[in-house]
Amino acid sequence: MSMRKLPLALAFTLAFGAAAAVAQTPRPGQPITESDITAWNIEALPDGKGLPPGTGTAKLGAAIYLQKCALCHGENGVNPRPGYSPMVGPSKFDRIDTMKTVPYYKHATTLFDVMRRSMPYPIPKTLTNDELYALSAYILFLNKIVGEDEVMDANSLPRVKMPNRDNFIVWDPNKIEYDPIRMDDAPR
Amino acid sequence: MRIRKRRNQPPPLEPVAGNGLLDRRALLGRGIVLAGAMTTGAGASLNSAAAEPLKNDQWSLETGEVVPPLQTASRFEKGVVRTLSNPNNELRNSHARTPHHLLQGTVTPNSLFFNICHSGLPDIDPAQHKLVIHGLVKQPMVYTVESLARYPMVSRMHFIECAGNSAPMFSSQPMQVTAQALHGLASNGEWTGVLLSTLLDDVGVDPTAKWILAEGADSLGLSRSVPMKLALDDVMIALYQNGERVMPGNGYPMRLLVPGCQGNMNVKYLRRLKLIDQPAMTFFESKTYSQILPNGKSWLFHFTMEVKSFITHPSFGHSLKGPGQYEISGVAYSGNGRVAKVMVSADGGKSWAEAALQGPVNPKAFTRFRMPWRWDGQPVVLQSRAWDEAGNVQPLRAEFVAARGQTEKPVTNPLAFPNQHYNSITSWGIDSSGGIKHVYA
Repeated sequence: MSMRKLPLALAFTLAFGAAAAVAQTPRPGQPITESDITAWNIEALPDGKGLPPGTGTAKLGAAIYLQKCALCHGENGVNPRPGYSPMVGPSKFDRIDTMKTVPYYKHATTLFDVMRRSMPYPIPKTLTNDELYALSAYILFLNKIVGEDEVMDANSLPRVKMPNRDNFIVWDPNKIEYDPIRMDDAPR
Repeated sequence: MRIRKRRNQPPPLEPVAGNGLLDRRALLGRGIVLAGAMTTGAGASLNSAAAEPLKNDQWSLETGEVVPPLQTASRFEKGVVRTLSNPNNELRNSHARTPHHLLQGTVTPNSLFFNICHSGLPDIDPAQHKLVIHGLVKQPMVYTVESLARYPMVSRMHFIECAGNSAPMFSSQPMQVTAQALHGLASNGEWTGVLLSTLLDDVGVDPTAKWILAEGADSLGLSRSVPMKLALDDVMIALYQNGERVMPGNGYPMRLLVPGCQGNMNVKYLRRLKLIDQPAMTFFESKTYSQILPNGKSWLFHFTMEVKSFITHPSFGHSLKGPGQYEISGVAYSGNGRVAKVMVSADGGKSWAEAALQGPVNPKAFTRFRMPWRWDGQPVVLQSRAWDEAGNVQPLRAEFVAARGQTEKPVTNPLAFPNQHYNSITSWGIDSSGGIKHVYA
């Protein structure tokens, strides 16, 4: 094979290979595997799907909260900076403008999910899984929803019984198909 | 020639409802209205002292500046700007409200389109941005801005309204602020992009998928759950806004457009769509955009922005310059489809007359309504009330407050959000000097 023929052969192979790839994916988008989406795949669903391995308690969470959360959300979850939400608030919603904080959530997984994707506000997506479970435990403990030594993990967090969970009604059940997730009634 | 003939036959210009509302057909020709007005005492009183003799102004005697690459409004329009909730750039969310009382027609210019950013404007390089669709699909796929633009696109007029728009109307006392402060978290434009159903064909939907989690590339990774049924309808990945690329405050380089639904669901900076078997119950759907009802229950998944209208001209911030001929106009819209009808009252709801709708009337889009009016100089209360093609009617304030409640004490901060999804009537009280106040009627 001469030096002049080698590039030609290569070019032929490349062209043929490219044609085969186009036949497999005729549309402009590119296929990807779930494992290559891992860095973005961070949601925690009400039934626990998506919760990572890890563990934490309120006792461990207290120190992390003081270091990473208290500046904006207030020590012990009260008296936040102006414009920021407290982490402790009413669990009865008898006025239409009652302040909604963590006790308002239907599912405890919401707390984990929002901290995992959005917090701390200036440096989001920097908390470890253990820190996230510990902070979840601490904030739920501040609201008297879990005990100080109760361990939060992928199994226990979705089963936390939230005080306002039964007060939600689907605005238009004819339009929205929804089966409420009730993990707190499921066997552990 | 026909027009001439019609001018010779003045149409009836008797008021069709209290306090001087005229037949909307009078709007068919300006000449007709003026001719009619001339026949009445009120119209005649409009003719003030004769105009000054005309002269050439300076701008008619010299050449102007050359045109710039990106044009902005005249320097005389400096007051036509959005109002800001976070003008000192504090580390928190920021809102910019559309000045409805200073705009006409139905298209909100991109420079005045409302914004809510919960963690500032992300500085996204469109060459690096990616959108992934995965979860309960046959083949997860990644799209770039460039590759999305190779799919068939559609252009549609749609409004976007924050669920918290008009929140000051929950106050027990009417707040003395403009339509911009009350209703400025709604805007309307033409969106161009790829229908989500096209891309769902690409990835292949698993039949167990019931919801789609939509997530942004902003620092919060702002996320919302959209029911599959909705997603397969008219949901779009929007790349263009009023002909140009989507504005940074509106989701550059791409946003989810869920026509007729809560603004927050129209996830900006869209980077991920995951098909899942349950709603994700993210922060914004669990807390912020659920509504507490007077009975202590809360509405979950109140997605649709219901039928609504408000008068923009005249409204708070304007004043009437003496009795005579005016046009009342405003915007109406519904998340359920097209606006079917708008009625206007000038006597606080005692009598109503049907307004003219400026066509084309698009589904889930602003529709401008107009009503000719002859003000006799007495105090009046102007109101508008809209119906949509699905048969929904904008509730009267008494009906709305009975169902949804209002605050116990008056709200003083117009930036506060006591509750959401206010779609009742806005009333403007005009006193005999032409001054305009926000009133409840």
